[in-house]
Parts: sequence; C-alpha cells; structure tokens
Amino acid sequence: MPADTEVPPIVQMRGITIRFPGVLALDGVDFTLRPGEVHSLMGENGAGKSTLIKALTGVYAIDDGSITVAGERRSFSTAADAQEAGISTVYQEVNLCSNLTVGENVMLGHERRRGTGIDWKATHREAAGHLASLGLDVDPRSILASHSIAIQQLVAISRAMVLDAKVLILDEPTSSLDRGEVEQLFGVIRGLRDQGVAILFVSHFLDQVYEISDRITVLRNGALVGEHPVEELPRDALVTKMIGRELDDLAAIASSSHRTIDRTGTPVVKATGLGRRGVLEPADLEVYEGEVVGLAGLLGSGRTELVRLLYGADRADEGSIEVRGAPVKVHQPRHAIDHRISLSSENRREEGVVADLTVAENIVLGMQARQGWLRRIPQKDQDAVVKEYIEALGVRPANPNALVGNLSGGNQQKVLLARWLATAPQLLVLDEPTRGIDVGAKADIQRKVAELSAQGLSVVFISSELEEVLRLAQRVVVLRDRRKVGELDSASTDLDMLIDYIANAGEGSAA
Amino acid sequence: MTATMARSERRTGAGPSAFQTFLSRHGGMMPTFAAVLILLLLFVGAEAFLRGDFISGGNISALLLDNAYLMVLAVGMTFVILTGGIDLSVGSVMAFTGILGAKLLADGLPAAIAVPAMLLGGAAIGLFIGILVQYFGVQPFIASLAGLFLGRGLAFIVSLSSIRVEDTSLLWLQSERIWMGAWYITPTGIIALSTVAIAAFVLHLTRFGRTIYAIGGNEQSARLMGLKVGRAKVLAYVISGSCAGLAGLILTAYSGAGYPRNGIGTELDAIAAVVIGGTLLTGGRGYVVGSMIGVFVYGTIKSVINFMGAEQSWMQIIVGALLLLFIVVQRAIVARSEGRR
Repeated sequence: MPADTEVPPIVQMRGITIRFPGVLALDGVDFTLRPGEVHSLMGENGAGKSTLIKALTGVYAIDDGSITVAGERRSFSTAADAQEAGISTVYQEVNLCSNLTVGENVMLGHERRRGTGIDWKATHREAAGHLASLGLDVDPRSILASHSIAIQQLVAISRAMVLDAKVLILDEPTSSLDRGEVEQLFGVIRGLRDQGVAILFVSHFLDQVYEISDRITVLRNGALVGEHPVEELPRDALVTKMIGRELDDLAAIASSSHRTIDRTGTPVVKATGLGRRGVLEPADLEVYEGEVVGLAGLLGSGRTELVRLLYGADRADEGSIEVRGAPVKVHQPRHAIDHRISLSSENRREEGVVADLTVAENIVLGMQARQGWLRRIPQKDQDAVVKEYIEALGVRPANPNALVGNLSGGNQQKVLLARWLATAPQLLVLDEPTRGIDVGAKADIQRKVAELSAQGLSVVFISSELEEVLRLAQRVVVLRDRRKVGELDSASTDLDMLIDYIANAGEGSAA
Repeated sequence: MTATMARSERRTGAGPSAFQTFLSRHGGMMPTFAAVLILLLLFVGAEAFLRGDFISGGNISALLLDNAYLMVLAVGMTFVILTGGIDLSVGSVMAFTGILGAKLLADGLPAAIAVPAMLLGGAAIGLFIGILVQYFGVQPFIASLAGLFLGRGLAFIVSLSSIRVEDTSLLWLQSERIWMGAWYITPTGIIALSTVAIAAFVLHLTRFGRTIYAIGGNEQSARLMGLKVGRAKVLAYVISGSCAGLAGLILTAYSGAGYPRNGIGTELDAIAAVVIGGTLLTGGRGYVVGSMIGVFVYGTIKSVINFMGAEQSWMQIIVGALLLLFIVVQRAIVARSEGRR
C-alpha cells in the first residue's frame, strides 16, 4: 500500500545542516514523511541517518534548515518536546531503565493516577494491555533487567504505542530480534501504518527494508542522494547509491582468501581441550601462520566463550594453550597480550574504543600499553602510525583529532581494528567486527583482514553473517550448544552446507 | 543479501514458579531485607549478651529520639543517592541551620520565623549544589564538597561559639513525651517518622519519585523517555538540603543549643545508613524505608557499645565493616542481575 503523494506531509525537513567538531554530520538534507507510509532511511554508517533522526527528535540542535511538523514550523529542544508533538522514537540501543519494572518502563511519565498518587494497579493493567497488543506475554511487574534484549526492545516499542504517536521512528529495531519477533513487529508496524501513523524505519537488513517499506530515502556522507518509491529502486541500485561504488571488492576478497595454508609446521596458537564448566565443553583450536579461522554457530553457541578463554578474559578450568609450540599460561588478558594475542570484543562501545579520546589517541593506546607506560613513543612515530592506519582502513572523517564518540559505528570499529593492528599481534581475534555497520565499512574491514592474513597474520574471525565467514576464512570451526561440533574447509563448503552443518552436525561426524 | 542467523532465545518451558516470579519482581529488595535481618540479629544478640537489659520500651524509644536527626538526613540522602549522586554537605548544612536558628531565636525573633528560615537556608544550599551538578556539569562529589565548606563557613559566620536556646516551643519538640505503656515518642521522633512516610509516598507514588529512580537507572534513557530529568535532579538536592535544615532544627531542639562544630562527619554516617539500608550507591535501587532501618542499625550498634562501656572507636570499625559487607552484597546482586540478561 504505497502512500499517496497528494497527502500533506506530517514531517518536512528542509536544508538540515549539523556540524560537530571536525565533522560536517549533515549537509543541507531534505526529508519528507507522509502519514500512512513506512519510509526507510538508508545509508552507510556515518551517512547521517542517526544524526537526522536526532535532529528531528530534538536531541541535536540544527545549525541550519527548518523542520515542519503537521504544517507548523517547529524546533524541539528536548525529546519531551518532540514526544508532545507526536514523534516517538525507539532507538537501536534499548533506551529504557533496566532497574524499573516492565510495566513502569512502558508507562513512565504516563502513569494512571488516583487522587494524589500513582495507581499502580491501573498502571500495570494498562501496561499489560499495551504489551498484549504487541503479542507480548510478560509479567508487567517483573524487573526489566531480568528479560532478554529482544524483549526489552519490544517493551520499548510498547512504550511508543502508549504515547499515541503520529510519527514513530524505529532506529535499527530489529538488530536484536529473531525471525518470529521481527514478523511480530512488522505486523504491528503495518497495523499502525494502516491507522495513518507515519513510520520512519532504519535497518541494515535489506530484506527487511524491502519487505516493509513504501518509500526509501538514501543518504551518503551527510548529504541527500535521493528519495524513491520502493518499487522504483531495485536493490543493486540502492546499494550503489548507498556506497557510491560497485561491490566487486567483495568478490576480490573471496578469491584472495581462498588460498591453501601450510598446516605441516607448528601452529601459531594451539589450544587443546580448552573449556570451562558451564561455559564451554573442552574444545581444540589450531591456528596456523597466515590462516583465517572462522567460528560459526548461533548466538550463545560458545563462539565468544571460546575466544574469551583463549584470550584469558575468562579463566579456563581445563585444557592447555601452546604458542608456537611452547606451552603458555593465559590466565588474564595481560598474558595473552604478552604473547601477542589480541582480542577485539563484540561490545565495541563498552569494551572497545574510548569515546572521549581522539582517533589518534585511541590508536596509540594499544601501542603504548605494549611498550609500557613509562617509555613514551615519539610523537613523530605516533603520527606516522596513525596516518598509516587511517588511510589503510579508510577511517571517515580522516581526521586524527576527531573525537571517536562522534564517529559512526563502522568507523569506530575501524579505529578499534587499527588499535589492535598497531600492537603488531601474531594472532588477532575479531569477535563480530562487522555487526551493526554498513556495507562499505564491512568491505573495508574484510579487505584489510584478507590483506593482513596474506602477509602472515593469523586471525580468528567470528561473525553471525555466514557469507562473511566463508569469504574470509580458510577453515570454519562450527559450534553448537556450547560445544565444538566440527571443522569445515571453506573452499569446499557453500552457505547451505554450512547452515545445514550448524543445525545438524551430530556427534562423531566432525571432520 | 547476507545470511544473518536468527537469534535463538532461551525460554523457560514451564511457567515460572512463585519464587521466580517473586525474585523477578522484588530482587532489588534483598539488601533491605538483609538490613532488617541484621537489625533483628543485633537486637537478639544484644539482649542475650546483656542478659535481658537491652530490649525495653525505654531503650527502643530512646533509639528513635537519639537518631531522629540522622534519620531525616538519611531520607534526604536517599533521594540524592537514588539519582546516582552524593551529598557531602548535609553535616555542615545541619550545623549552619542549627546555629542560624539558635541565633535568630536569641535575637528575639519568634520560632515562626526562625524555623522557616532554617528550612529555607538548607534548601538554598541544596539548590546551589543541584544547579552546579545539573547545569554546570560539576561532579556531585565536588559540588557537594563545595556545599560542605560553604555550610561550615556560614555556620562560623553566624557564631563562633555555641548559642543556648531558651525558646520553649523549640525545646518542647524533644522534651514532650507521648507515652504508650513503656514506650514513648517525642515530636522530633514524629517529625522523623513522618519524613520517612512522606518520602516513601513521593518516591513510590509520584511521577517525580519515579523520575528519580529512572535517572538512577539510566539518565540518558530517562531523558529520551521525555521525563523532566533536570528538574528532578535539582529537586533531589533541594530535598536533601531541606532535610539537612530540618535535621538542624531537630538537633538544636535535642541538644538545646546551636553549635557551629556540630555534625562534622555526620554526612558519612548518613551515607553509611543509606547504604546499609540497601540503597545502591550507583543509584536506581533502594528504599527510603531501608534507610530508616539503616539508621536503626547504626543507632543500635552505637547504643550496644555504650551499654558495654567499650570504646566508641569500635563503633567506627563495626560500621565500616558492615558497610563493606553491604557493598560487596550489592555488587553481587548487580552482577547477578546483569548476568541474567
């Protein structure tokens, strides 16, 4: 049901410009949202999607341009202002208070009152009603922290329903939902659209964008590329518009990484029977020089747990680790770093980059830690290293003095990768390095990994995107239910075989 | 274009047991239950150790009378700590308002002017700290440290020595005893308990109160949810300051004089009571009733040591040890609830 162009728009943004220190985040962007449509905002990380949303919801002040809501010129200075004008947002990271109950999170600021005080019974009853309308069966009196992120996300959407929004902004709402939950969400979105709500949808999943959208607006590098009805914009045209170049790169990566690895010598790192009770059953892992080993499995299958044990982030209670044939003890990350093993964690915000430092400071941090704090690295060397990695990885903006917190997710990930590479590791463990970042940055990171491994770096690569794993790795280790179930040679494995193996590989069938 | 794996969600097969439901709803109350348990153990232990001399109406009633000012301070402190802040100024603000009230009364002004002046004085310093924290981005620790020095300085400006209070209505607050059998309660005790009751009402049954909890849980989220975060945060410090003013009134009535050196280190006693009562120092979790229990635990330890005739320095050691224990318990609870996601 594509929206009629004749319907007067509910939101009209004209010439929106926002500057951050060292970054022109939005450059004269126009955006129009009409009632009764699902409008997807597409673009790479750093294209300005989140910034545009935050401009609309009053989180960021605009430096130039105008915002018109329901025919009235508006400028919101707080999220509360925007909500009063009927604009509700569900952000990528769940923005709720996990210390409060589910029902309270749904109703906060809109609690039912009786006399002078809040009527908790009525409030929780109403919350339960809103949750039920999303098909969510959750005890509204339970503490939010006791539920999974997926449930929390749906609770956040329930909250937006309470506000009776005319405009609902969904910023990456599906990134932590499973297939069934996405269907459930899409059902709700379609229902709201048919009631005349204007929905602004942001997602990295192209399938979902094409499934739900009526119209697509594409941004690139903070500027508007175009607005198109979904049926007039084929996928390849969309991707080309988003990244501004063709995607032949990925095919090139695949052909370069499918080379044979010499597995006759001593592995760079060899783990034997590495395990921890209740976390991971004993597993073996060997990584040879110049080899990329992919870890594949569902979330919670033990992928992250295995590399955390290898890195000493969690202490293994059985098994042994050898580095180039010599037995070593890895009881804490410090030991792993001493043996030049680096782990880039899946939580890039919490365990990765330091948002308050600049790009250059973040990159130098890892080098400095290896050198020891007392031996200062000469400024000239620092500048050279920083410049090299910014160029090699294509960090945008290419400004060493930009604050990392102002960079997009994909660029933060590049900075993090640069930081580990600057420490010259012999084994680099990458846990979900491409999650939540755009196609272009993914390609950049994959290309760099392929290039480095060709030069002799050993890599352990974890990703939920199996195509990536198959593209980069020479060997894929498959885990299921906190157990290693086997190993596959990626040259002779295609996607369907891998999926089948993850789902069905039984005992004893391991290669 | 990419094959992203569906996420598998672990779900419990059968419905949750009553115990699980209770935990998922009230897990945050555990530290407060622990405080109640410790208070009971203290009572029983003291009773056994002192051969039945400890638990008597008179003693328990005196516990409330002696610690009424601390209870009021702890109530205000609870608001601030629930937002994730801290207020170090309350001890010296209590001294300032106490000596201010005593001075105004000594100058012949009626209590009807002196008492509001005390409360307003406390509220003003709280407002000052709140504005520093909210609008100038000063760390609560530093802002309230400034408030601590300001309060103490103002107290010495009012008077360098103690001022006796002759005003009968003020002294009546602690001399009047309402007897119920062997038990009694003073107007100061009633004030303290009412403060707890009002605070409990505000925190649990008003939007302002829930905003305080939301800020402590996740300030950014609270702001994005459209809650009035700035106002609530400033107000938390104003409440703490006003409570310090009220505590100044109670302490002046209790000691019959204003003294500029009163309450040195009392802010730490209040913080200790709040933490022992089960409020998380990182904010977002805790109960004002817990803080009241915390004050009783604190007061009981103090009077047990008095009864035993031991050195008061033991007091510090025991309270310190309890504090440590509670913070470790809280860490464990937080780690558990985060690990369960």
